[in-house]
Amino acid sequence: MMLNTGTVPQYPLLQVKHLKTYYPVKGGFFRRTIGNVKAVDDLSFEIEKGETLGLVGESGCGKSTAGRSIIRLMNATDGQVLFEGRDITKLNGKSLQAVRQDIQMIFQDPYASLNPMQMVGSIIGEPIKNYRKASGPSIKNEVLDLLNKVGLPDDAYFKYAHEFSGGQRQRIGIARALALKPKLIIADEPVSALDVSVQSQVLNLLKELQKEFNLTFLFIAHDLSVVKHMSDRIGVMYLGSMAEIADRNNLYSQPLHPYTKALISAIPIPDPRWKKERIILKGDVPSPFNPPAGCPFHPRCPEARPECSQLKPALKEVKPGHKVACHLY
Amino acid sequence: MSNLVHKEASLLEVKNLETAFSIDGAYYNAVDKVSFSIKPGQIVGVVGESGCGKSVLSLSIMQLLPKGNGEIRSGEITFEGVQLNQLSDTEMNRIRGRDISMIFQEPMTSLNPVFTIGYQLQEVLFNHMKISKGDARQKSIALLKSVGISRPEKLVDEYPHQLSGGMRQRVMIAMAIACQPKLLIADEPTTALDVTVQAQILELLKTIQEVNDMSIILITHDLGVIAEMCDEVLVMYAGRIIERSDAESLFYKPMHPYTELLLGAIPKMDEEAGMLSSIEGMVPSLKNMPETGCRFALRCPKVKPECSAVTPLLEEVEEGHSVSCILYETSMPRKGVKP
Repeated sequence: MMLNTGTVPQYPLLQVKHLKTYYPVKGGFFRRTIGNVKAVDDLSFEIEKGETLGLVGESGCGKSTAGRSIIRLMNATDGQVLFEGRDITKLNGKSLQAVRQDIQMIFQDPYASLNPMQMVGSIIGEPIKNYRKASGPSIKNEVLDLLNKVGLPDDAYFKYAHEFSGGQRQRIGIARALALKPKLIIADEPVSALDVSVQSQVLNLLKELQKEFNLTFLFIAHDLSVVKHMSDRIGVMYLGSMAEIADRNNLYSQPLHPYTKALISAIPIPDPRWKKERIILKGDVPSPFNPPAGCPFHPRCPEARPECSQLKPALKEVKPGHKVACHLY
Repeated sequence: MSNLVHKEASLLEVKNLETAFSIDGAYYNAVDKVSFSIKPGQIVGVVGESGCGKSVLSLSIMQLLPKGNGEIRSGEITFEGVQLNQLSDTEMNRIRGRDISMIFQEPMTSLNPVFTIGYQLQEVLFNHMKISKGDARQKSIALLKSVGISRPEKLVDEYPHQLSGGMRQRVMIAMAIACQPKLLIADEPTTALDVTVQAQILELLKTIQEVNDMSIILITHDLGVIAEMCDEVLVMYAGRIIERSDAESLFYKPMHPYTELLLGAIPKMDEEAGMLSSIEGMVPSLKNMPETGCRFALRCPKVKPECSAVTPLLEEVEEGHSVSCILYETSMPRKGVKP
């Protein structure tokens, strides 16, 4: 593993500690805050340099909000985000800007995340222009180099985003994220808007770039097979908190949390001979505005016990590197 | 219409269907010479990437093409001996919803937000049956119950926005099966849903199919869903069927290079993470479609010089497994040759 000078080696690259992000719900007289949607509720994990942590969960589980809170597109309500050992949740102004060079984001929707009025060259060049005192020609060379790295032709420089297909736009988004040579990239559902064949191109590209630039990824997705393909370790989120986190193979071969088991068994396998016992969960994910007491999963859990509705289980390590939040363990 | 249909006879037969859209005054085929048939009780999957014509195919069968720019240019769609594309709107309205019905991808936008669930369900019943108001209400409650909704008596008086995505899709399914259709066209029924909810809906569709002995055309881009659900699979590329087979031999012995690549492009759960196969380039747009030759030739890794000159036909290579690729063309004279 390569370590940059200046980093303190004993810290993981990113540590998230008891992160909480609530959205206030306004209503009633004078539109007072009448409650909170607890999108992220006590989330903790860490990412080592050079690894990919996958974050999976169903819609509304808070995985995107978690990503956005880490990069400070959203302000956390409580908790800490330590980047290279330094808490970045309280930073502002210049010091926040400096940290943002090191953390970049790739967005889900390649149609909405690129400015339709800007040429591709200026979309990718903008971060370089903002952060470094570089001259025009040197920026252009850097942008052309980036286009080349993500597999786009040089003439893309003078084109607009609408002239490209979904997969190519996602490549533009990736080039923009790479422009400042970040240490951590948060990829929020980067391939969910793409077709299978294009999806595989983009996943291959991300893997190649990770090798070349020694990147660290927080890979957020709902597709478990995609997450497994990309990640070293995987965290499963349910209703704002981590249900289980383990390295890739352990999580899929020996899932512990009943939710993880159900989630894995629900994936359609592209193999007609594959016959398996499917765990069909009842009902939908409850609303994070009014989460159930105790374990958030207990109303749907096939193995729920009386204590599950009383006390929220803490995330504890049951095997080396395998943590689960469930009263069964 | 006669109900005496032989079990062996096909329920729906599509022959040489060409559906075109007009762009700047000229017509371009979005579905090009597609032929297939469906037997009663069969689940047929149609798989392909966006823009391959799978949704246009289903809209053509339902006669729901946008008037004015989409048109069936030639071919026949025969349902129980009746040619659907010859029927008038009134005649088609009688079949649609009663004998053939459809569920759409977006359960959010395909329900009317200003009417209650019960009203929308009863509308289907009133259109096709002589039924009293009270009976219609009872029947809609029973229908909601049959699709696994836990408090149907309350839900009939609620509006679509009060339901979650999975519940809305269940309501859509209840509407679609209200008159016990013989054929259900499900266009990406679970794409907008989470995987645990998707598992619920697929299970539900399978149960309904078995109970009602209904045929299903399942349109999806997800090969996993195809493998779970379908007896037979049609693989579409750029408006044509390029491979047709039973599900098992499609997944174990894919023939067309496109199908092979498509299967290799999905990350597998039980394999180590290597590189995924990917297909260079993209589907040509309707206007730039090559006129002769194989439409996949431009992206095909096994392309030969003659691929762009000869249009391959969908030919049965093994029993029940047809492919449209010159790599598999036998030396035998072609059946049903077309230029």
